[in-house]
Amino acid sequence: MFKPKTALLLALVAIPAAASAQSAEQKGLEIAKAAKAYDRGFTDFSANMIMTLKNRSGETSTRLIRIRSLEVEGDGDRSLSIFDEPADVKGTKMLTYSHGLEPDDQWLYLPALKRVKRISSRNKSGPFMGSTFAFEDLGSQEVEKYTYRYLREEPCGDWTCHVIERYPAYEFSGYTRQVAWIDSEAYRLVKAEFYDRKKTLLKTLTAGDFRQYLGHYWRPGTMNMVNHQTGKSTLLEWNDYQFRTGLTESDFRSQTLKRND
Amino acid sequence: MRRAFFFAVLLLTSAGARAEFSGNVAVEGQAFGESAQFDQQFDSNVTLSFEPRWNGEWNDADDLWSLELFLRADDGDAGREHADIREALWLRIDGDNEWRVGINTMFWGVAESQHLVDVINQIDQVEGIDGEDKLGQPMIHLKRYQDWGVLDFLVLPGFRERTFQSAAGRLRTPLVVDTEQAAYESSDEERHVDYAFRFSQTYGDLDLGVSWFRGTSRDPLLLPGSDRDGNPVLIPFYQQMAQLGVDAQWIYRDWIWRLEFIRREARSNDYGAYVAGFEYTFYGIVETDIDFGTLVEYSADSRPEGEGGAFDHDIFVGGRFGFNDAQSSEILAGFVIDTENRGRSFRVEGSRRFGASWKGTLELQTFSNIDADDLLAALQNDDYLLLEMAYYF
Repeated sequence: MFKPKTALLLALVAIPAAASAQSAEQKGLEIAKAAKAYDRGFTDFSANMIMTLKNRSGETSTRLIRIRSLEVEGDGDRSLSIFDEPADVKGTKMLTYSHGLEPDDQWLYLPALKRVKRISSRNKSGPFMGSTFAFEDLGSQEVEKYTYRYLREEPCGDWTCHVIERYPAYEFSGYTRQVAWIDSEAYRLVKAEFYDRKKTLLKTLTAGDFRQYLGHYWRPGTMNMVNHQTGKSTLLEWNDYQFRTGLTESDFRSQTLKRND
Repeated sequence: MRRAFFFAVLLLTSAGARAEFSGNVAVEGQAFGESAQFDQQFDSNVTLSFEPRWNGEWNDADDLWSLELFLRADDGDAGREHADIREALWLRIDGDNEWRVGINTMFWGVAESQHLVDVINQIDQVEGIDGEDKLGQPMIHLKRYQDWGVLDFLVLPGFRERTFQSAAGRLRTPLVVDTEQAAYESSDEERHVDYAFRFSQTYGDLDLGVSWFRGTSRDPLLLPGSDRDGNPVLIPFYQQMAQLGVDAQWIYRDWIWRLEFIRREARSNDYGAYVAGFEYTFYGIVETDIDFGTLVEYSADSRPEGEGGAFDHDIFVGGRFGFNDAQSSEILAGFVIDTENRGRSFRVEGSRRFGASWKGTLELQTFSNIDADDLLAALQNDDYLLLEMAYYF
């Protein structure tokens, strides 16, 4: 039997070893939590998005989408996407209630049929509107959606970045892991690499032209997603960002999709 | 229609109003594989359609308006040439109440193969046999949001008669329907005011709707008669009816389960009908971006064989390929099989975008093994191929 003092001494020796084994995961999680905390309190925003799809031979096609988003206490965000272009899908709307690890609730409004359809949203690995962005890349980034591992610090442009790995904790992700570059000052996601189910590099996201809103919240003006395996890429250009526009839960009801806004 | 245009122009010119203009113009060619069963019917034709839409808002978007028209011009078949106001609507948003006054087109229900609970709008049957093209319905509609559900109250003044193919049209009954002689059970005829109510709510992964309608049935009985020249025709007779409808959809993993049930009471008969089935989707098949959805729906109707709708004890089996590409390419295919007499109809429909503004649709419909006494017997020579190119703006 150890004397109490010896036990304490052993514990003191053992804890730092355990802590350092755990610290990469812990530190990664802390960074993700800090990034979420930094962004908390934006309340709501609206923005316009120009999405330009480019194929391997350089041909492009464009989509215009208006986005409205509402922060929800204790749950994932709610978001409404309204399609303006291409013209044949004009008036199509997609409403999403995101819920961390649980599958999102999602509704689609099809103006040609004047019909609101609840859709299954469990599998989010498919492409959004034929682009190189998957649904899961564009969803609300909740801390519990991943487990994390801290890798290193390194310069990223004008800033210094935390480089962390994220492992999807939700079912049916198209990825085995992601590597994210998040700046240490304001937790802006500058770059991310996506590894497919065969663990090979699939896509790289680079974000730029960051602007600050309400003196605090940062949003990228551009996001470019390159698929290394198909040679396709998609550029998102964000503009007309407006925060705290007075949106409420009543603007995010499935039945209001029939309104002609 | 002139009044609706005037209404729009008035709104467009009023201070602070902002109008958006959109829509499509399309050319459609249709060819039939077999020669016509009845005299006068055409074997192929080309038609043009135009569907313009204007909408706008005022009062800080508490008031919205919309005007949507549909026009089809036809070279051979006068029965398909028509114009309709799909929407001419003023929408007022007042907190948890939404008021809609004017003409509107709406959709109730969840099923894919047929639409039982969807009774507000009349079917624009010359536009398609699937019941998804509908005529605008005049209404005063209050939608009220409660924590425990959404309530819809509708007053429907003014009835719209179903459109039917003329003698030259394919996909019609053996005897031509003489819409000029349309008759009504109610002495108010097409001026009868109908009422409808609906409750709907989402409970987690379950969506539930309960609806009730009382008024002029949108489905006419077709009674034998004769036209002015003494030729035999069918005369549409619109009864009064009351209908209770229930629709439910439940999402479980990659499954979507659907049910629609109605109980309809009218002077000719009281009956029940339901459609129930599921959709299961395989995502990213064979390591591509393609999704493949499978659909199975069973329809039953308590009316005796021959008296019921086209869907009595029928199974619908369908598949949907979504290519998830830049052109939004899609293929839908479906069989309807009558389990009692083994009659079959098959349809496959493919569509994709061309450039930024064009969309092409190819549709093939066949009917086979149809019994002589089946409602579909009149269509047994009407297998067709349809190509549509639409320009959207």
